[in-house]
Amino acid sequence: MLGLNKKDFTLLLIVAALVVFAPFILNPFPADSAMAQFNAGYPDLMQRFVIFGIFAIGFNILFGLTGYLSFGHAAFLGVGSYSAVWMFKLLSMNIVPAIILSVIVSGLFAMLIGYISLRRTGIYFSILTLAFAEMSFRLAYSVLTPITNGETGLQLTLDDPRILGETATATGSIPVTNFFGIEMRATEVMNVGGWSFQFNNGYYMCAIMLLLAFYLAIRIFRSPFGMMLRAVKSNQQRMNYTGLNTKPYTLAAFVISGMYAGLAGGLMASMDPLAGAERMQWTASGEVVLMTILGGAGTLIGPVLGAGFIKYFENIFSKINEQVLHSWFHALPDGIENAVVWVLEHFVGSGWHLTLGLLFMLVVTFLPGGLVEGGQRLGRLLRRKDAEKKTATQSTPAE
Amino acid sequence: MGILDVKNVGKRFGGLQALGDVNLSVKENTVHAIIGPNGAGKSTLLNCLVGKLIPDTGSVMFDGQSVLGRTPYEINQMGISRVFQTPEIFGDLTVMENMMIPCFAMRDGAFKLNGIRSVESDTEIRERAEAMMEDMNLAEKRHMHSASMSRGDKRRLEIAMCLAQEPRLLLLDEPTAGMARADTNNTIDLLKEIKQKRDITIVIIEHDMHVVFSLAERITVLAQGTPLVEDVPENIKGHPKVREAYLGEAAAA
Repeated sequence: MLGLNKKDFTLLLIVAALVVFAPFILNPFPADSAMAQFNAGYPDLMQRFVIFGIFAIGFNILFGLTGYLSFGHAAFLGVGSYSAVWMFKLLSMNIVPAIILSVIVSGLFAMLIGYISLRRTGIYFSILTLAFAEMSFRLAYSVLTPITNGETGLQLTLDDPRILGETATATGSIPVTNFFGIEMRATEVMNVGGWSFQFNNGYYMCAIMLLLAFYLAIRIFRSPFGMMLRAVKSNQQRMNYTGLNTKPYTLAAFVISGMYAGLAGGLMASMDPLAGAERMQWTASGEVVLMTILGGAGTLIGPVLGAGFIKYFENIFSKINEQVLHSWFHALPDGIENAVVWVLEHFVGSGWHLTLGLLFMLVVTFLPGGLVEGGQRLGRLLRRKDAEKKTATQSTPAE
Repeated sequence: MGILDVKNVGKRFGGLQALGDVNLSVKENTVHAIIGPNGAGKSTLLNCLVGKLIPDTGSVMFDGQSVLGRTPYEINQMGISRVFQTPEIFGDLTVMENMMIPCFAMRDGAFKLNGIRSVESDTEIRERAEAMMEDMNLAEKRHMHSASMSRGDKRRLEIAMCLAQEPRLLLLDEPTAGMARADTNNTIDLLKEIKQKRDITIVIIEHDMHVVFSLAERITVLAQGTPLVEDVPENIKGHPKVREAYLGEAAAA
């Protein structure tokens, strides 16, 4: 189906089902229950899940297949965002030209940085990409203020030309981003019992993009090009002595993953039309590395899982504060309650990075293949238990 | 004029003259061995032939064209394949995938952005790879991770990958180094079989005299970066200079 084998097609269907039903899946608790703070089914967060999913899928094409660890991919995300916002300022609020431009511009930018960085391998390559990303951040932050609006960030204003659209709406406000008239911020709310499920146009736009991006990634993984990239990771010497030029292969992978990042950046701006330099900072580049490794580098679904995992932690754990903890443990005697809360409060709220760090450490130590490996081990364990049960039931009558 | 002509090649590393003034002519469709004690410059010479090193002086001509100044992948595309001392294969890939890569390299050249069509649907490449594996007794292992194979099988796979490109010249750098006697004999038989079946020129660098004398049609003896003698194996065995420089050492040891 669609040029995929059965296994890959099933995987695509699973991902499709997950993103389509995400408003339900991520909203398991009734809105007024105590557990409601663990709900992640609101538009803003769901958009971030899929956008960072796209970012990580693209990063994985470079890192997972070729083994080249780029520490500067956030630069392409930032470039994509700036391009998209400029399109909203100059052309129209339709997201299609904005996204097309952001993919093209970040692709060109990736070609420039990749061409230079790929002259080196290993740690030197990583450092070069990191250096370029930091330079891009500094440029965006101060030097290129006319283009990027410096530390304030690039925003829409009421005097932007928008030659194909309108400068301001009839009511005198800035128009909103849309897909041929469908407003991105519009949300449909469905109340069922105590639950309220939110269906946001912007989220579904991102979801469609994620599915397209995921589909393309599967095709690349299974293609001769994908095989060559894995060969680059495995043995460059043999590549060279087999008559293959590794440079264009790695550069193509770098540019493709840069374009994925640009798409993510463009979508980010389409959901919320502003772009800031902090999007290009090295911590943002590090985040996508974490996502990919946590989910499982080199696997198809891993980066998507990793992105969801980290974004969930970032948004949910960071919202738990001291009061919430006290309300959870108020059944305990006062002294113990205070002690428990004192310990735990370092791991939640602004301390969520600590929890993430610990989890990352555990995953990398015990599951080097990431969450995907965890899933596979679990699957094997269940199957073995299943098989044991079968043999047990079969052997009982014989006794 | 042979298929490979090395003229006045010299290479210096700092104060060490690795190759002095090497002249060598390899005739088409022969097995030519290069022997010599450790440090004689055998590997340096080989690296000059495949573009890994650029000699300071002299010329290297393959089939009338100079290989100097070309990159290893360009030289490979001219028709020279190299087998390494420790087998260089794609360890993370399966045997089948290992076999398919040279087939792609031969059909599509040094680079082709073929990112949409699946490998599975490329029957032409699959058939070529299958035929080659069949030919080299690797078919049963096609789904094996190549890194988990035995040294002998890795060597066999590496040679198969080189042959899949139908090279005109095959360079072997100590193909039996570190092998057990049985594996060594298998490799000798394999190379004999290859020579029988195809029109191919083989240049072999080897330490093991048993291998050299069972395969080579001509032998060049290298010592301290210069060729001592070049002759047929029968004459090399008894040659006094060679005994002194090489075989004598081995006999004494």
